[in-house]
Amino acid sequence: MPRSITATHCPYCALQCGMNLTGGTPEPVEVRPRDFPVNAGGLCQKGWTSPALLDSPSRLTAPLIREAGTLREASWDEALDLVATRLRALRAEHGADSVAVFGGGGLTNEKSYLLGKFARVALGTSRIDYNGRFCMSSAAAAATKAFGLDRGLPFPVTDLAGADAVLLAGANPAETMPPFLRHLRKARASGGLIVVDPRRTATAQQASLHLAPAPGTDVALALGILHAAVAEGRTDESYVAERTAGFDGLWRIAARYWPEHVERITGVAAAEQREAATLMAAAENAYVLTARGAEQHATGVDTVNAWINLALALGLPGKIGSGWGCLTGQGNGQGGREHGQKADQLPGYRSITDPAAREHVAKVWGVAEHTLPRQGSSAYELLDAIGTEGGPRALLVFGSNIAVSAPHSSNIADRLSTLDFLVTADIVLSETSALADVVFPVTQWAEEEGTLTNLEGRVLLRRKAIDPPATVRTDLAVIAGIARRLGQPPDRFPAEAETVFTELRAASKGGAADYSGISYDRLLRGEALHWPVPSAAHPGTPRLFLDTFATADGRARFVPVEHTGPSERADAEFPLLATTGRVLNHYQSGAQTRNIAALNTVEPEVYVEVHPDTADRAGLRHGDLARVRSRRGELIARVRWVSGIRADVVFLPFHYAGAQRANLLTNPALDPKSRMPEFKVCAVAIAPAKDTA
Amino acid sequence: MNRQHVVIVGYGMAGARLADEMRTRDPGGEATRITMIGAEPHHAYNRVLLSSVLAGNLRHSTVLLHDERWAEDKGIDLRIGVGATALDPVASTVTLTDGGVVGYDILVLAMGSRPWLPPVEGLTTEGGGLADGALTFRMIDDCAEIRRRARPGSPVAVLGGGVLGVEAAKALAAGGAAVTVVHPGEHIMERQLDTRAARVLTRVLTGHDIDFRIAASAARYVPGAGLKLDDGSHVVAETVVVSAGVRAETSLADSAGLLVRRGIVVDDALRTNDRRIHAIGDCAEHRSTGAGLVQPAWEQARVLADLLTGADDAARYRGSRVVTRLKARGVDLTALGEPHTDPDEPGAEVLSFDDPVGCRYAKLVLREDRLTGAILLGFPDAAATIAQLHDRGTPAPRDRLGLLLGRSLPSGSPTAASPADLPANALVCRCNSVSKSALVDAWRTGATDGPALRAATRAATGCGSCGDTVQGIADWLADTA
Repeated sequence: MPRSITATHCPYCALQCGMNLTGGTPEPVEVRPRDFPVNAGGLCQKGWTSPALLDSPSRLTAPLIREAGTLREASWDEALDLVATRLRALRAEHGADSVAVFGGGGLTNEKSYLLGKFARVALGTSRIDYNGRFCMSSAAAAATKAFGLDRGLPFPVTDLAGADAVLLAGANPAETMPPFLRHLRKARASGGLIVVDPRRTATAQQASLHLAPAPGTDVALALGILHAAVAEGRTDESYVAERTAGFDGLWRIAARYWPEHVERITGVAAAEQREAATLMAAAENAYVLTARGAEQHATGVDTVNAWINLALALGLPGKIGSGWGCLTGQGNGQGGREHGQKADQLPGYRSITDPAAREHVAKVWGVAEHTLPRQGSSAYELLDAIGTEGGPRALLVFGSNIAVSAPHSSNIADRLSTLDFLVTADIVLSETSALADVVFPVTQWAEEEGTLTNLEGRVLLRRKAIDPPATVRTDLAVIAGIARRLGQPPDRFPAEAETVFTELRAASKGGAADYSGISYDRLLRGEALHWPVPSAAHPGTPRLFLDTFATADGRARFVPVEHTGPSERADAEFPLLATTGRVLNHYQSGAQTRNIAALNTVEPEVYVEVHPDTADRAGLRHGDLARVRSRRGELIARVRWVSGIRADVVFLPFHYAGAQRANLLTNPALDPKSRMPEFKVCAVAIAPAKDTA
Repeated sequence: MNRQHVVIVGYGMAGARLADEMRTRDPGGEATRITMIGAEPHHAYNRVLLSSVLAGNLRHSTVLLHDERWAEDKGIDLRIGVGATALDPVASTVTLTDGGVVGYDILVLAMGSRPWLPPVEGLTTEGGGLADGALTFRMIDDCAEIRRRARPGSPVAVLGGGVLGVEAAKALAAGGAAVTVVHPGEHIMERQLDTRAARVLTRVLTGHDIDFRIAASAARYVPGAGLKLDDGSHVVAETVVVSAGVRAETSLADSAGLLVRRGIVVDDALRTNDRRIHAIGDCAEHRSTGAGLVQPAWEQARVLADLLTGADDAARYRGSRVVTRLKARGVDLTALGEPHTDPDEPGAEVLSFDDPVGCRYAKLVLREDRLTGAILLGFPDAAATIAQLHDRGTPAPRDRLGLLLGRSLPSGSPTAASPADLPANALVCRCNSVSKSALVDAWRTGATDGPALRAATRAATGCGSCGDTVQGIADWLADTA
């Protein structure tokens, strides 16, 4: 049946480009970009080709149950009954914490919320965390330290269009969210686009100033630029005096990071540090934006705070037309961390250790406060504990492909193999689902309804455009189905998105991320609602911190940070540093995009970018196969000679599966605060594959 | 475990860093108790930044390494404005200028260095102090006094054209003083520069209104009048800044009978010939090398902190690879390793670029593909890479010219002057993986203007940055069709 146009949003990244969908069974679904503020009529190839997965032959259409080692199709009742029976038995024998839940930053707000409630109420487990721990938790922790509140961009993304200087630290939006670059036109034209990246990425190629620090030395670089700004008298002293605290403490550290000293640590010329300081300070409107390149380190929180410190010294945050922001990664990277699928959080961005927060949420959930579990362990630690004494014995995975996306992935595969019971909900048979005991086939973006919160804290309604295949259900229905079978009252776990959202509003009321004034009706009317929205009449908060920061005294904090460097250094055996990241044509673990021919034919296999000198010395020609080894594992990748990469660095995209997983190499050293792994630096060696085979 | 009482004599960059590093490893002071003796009446400051203070870019308060609460916060017994007058290694005590006596379990000498005063008649008074109008450039108080005297237009002579002298001269000239550098050697900065580099640097500095009297020694100083040189000429100066080099401060160690050569001799554990006495920083001499720079001092502080707190008993200091950066605004100079190597020396690969008119000079010395020496004047981008190659001992890039310039030369994808010149497989729109040939194909199947090409291929619908190129291809196809 042909359908009318449905205005919705892209299934991929945090930009959440507006798109219109038409068609539907039996006609193919067609996509057109919509003139929505974040994408202004643009779409990248991922967005254009997104409908291809709707009727993909790889699509799962029936529940699967493992029997005698292989997955066979089963009925929904059989699969749900089996899951409930097994979970009940494990809980009875080993306690509630024997069951763990793993979520994802692509799940809608409703799913994130219900998953968190399901873990705490239906399972009573403390063990719930999500893949956002792998990508945005360092910025979240840093922003909370500095501003008392974490929202990716504390201003609408369209504000960037007025900037004449933008410093991007560890961000490659030309590949990860191309339409975003539309907002940087003025900065580019003004000669004010500064990109910090060890590689000359597609984004760095457009920059007026490209700073290429050695991986893991961003803290020193940010201190050096701050030092230069102070030495040149370029800081905003009245802003620092009136709106911040802690500058003196930070300066005692920064005083030891003069540009020539920082040059020695980072490899970024002192002159370039000074130029960056001058460009930023001289601009009418300037922004510092950070992303995964800053965050995915064992010092990720410090690194983001170092960049925030620079923004504060220049007087940027909390003013119209300037600021600091984090470019969130996953589709619901922002909302996904606000509603309770994090080990340490309850809905509304509340802390699970805060008695008042526990009381409030318990009341909304209709349970006693003391029944809520305490804080659980973080993503990698949760997975690493599987198979250990007292560790998880069952794992339920929603919206994540941990077999590919977790660091040191051979270890994670080992851990998963020791589980008594692995359950996944998936669109296609991802590498993780292929290991599962039960797989539920679930709906995807255009087939269901739900809200997401994009990188600017704006809550969006992703509308249903077509009917799903008759035999698949939503994640919400899967959660509700299991909960009911575990003895929960049906109305406690509704499967309708809007009903869940109504409850989420109540649970978030009064929290930092207050959604209580948001309704599907308001979103359908096209209202631009950035949280907090504390009442139905409240217009939302597009710009945070204009009057005051969310700290106790209203001042932003300079956080004293020191450079310590990556946890693994290059040495004689592993003389190069590998860094990982994305390519334009793929998304995250590639579970979706590797199933779309138009995307996968462009970048079908893992490759390694190597400087020609480094490659030549290793005896590797462009196009050869190289064996890339770290202390944890190795893979074989096609060599690309790239002259714009530091000679001491190699790069691998992380979208590929099995023996092509970049995460076979990566180091699971965790940030002490955010518990984010150090995906962005590990020591490796490269050699021709044929010689070492 | 007994708390060791560590007494640090010298609250400068080395001593302050040592205390900080020790407290990082032993925050609660469980392993060590620290007493810090500092002769200057201030908290420790960053001496590296003094030329910025002299130039007026940084204030005194801005270069302090510690604030008022530092000692209390860290649980350190800090005595400032107090010097050490005597050391008794047998009794394990240090006598202070205020009459106090401090006992130690471990003593660290971090007393730095003092300016060397050249034998110029009239420069010093009978009491050993400097004559009126003559100043050294070493302490933070020197900066204030020099700034007070060196008013715009005021004639100033700088005695000594080493790194510090050049930095002082540049800072003073920037402030408007009429500066003359008097340097006895064949050329300025002999230790770091070869003749040709010094020639270019001299030219650069002359352009910044600094006069030079090279290969000339001051014979006599007359307060108010200036310097008489040994060639009989005269340099008018109301102020003379002495920066003729430094000597390690070793008098305390000397009088206590410790082994002293140019500095207090220490081993790889930074230990003197008395097991319980260590020395770091400018006052120490390690493997026949004096420190003289902050980086070795900090590396020594790190190693000694590991040893004294027990954080790493195997820590050893094995020397530093020193890089000299001139801190003078508008002059970018880096020197490291062996800068004087002759181009004809067997086994050495010497590259040089001499551009006296453009005021640039570069010289690189390589051995077996490794960088062993460099002088870079006016190549700010290159210094960063060069220093890292030197530090790590990694092979130098094949592209030696790119190495000199600090960036690889453009290669591979020259910018096409017209769409006709683009290869067919050139990626025009990265966001949607659209090549030039895909656009040409779309044109042939009826998409015969810019908007139609965009609609047919999705080119320029992502970040939009290839919009002009797509339109250019449309125009080109329209012209050639």
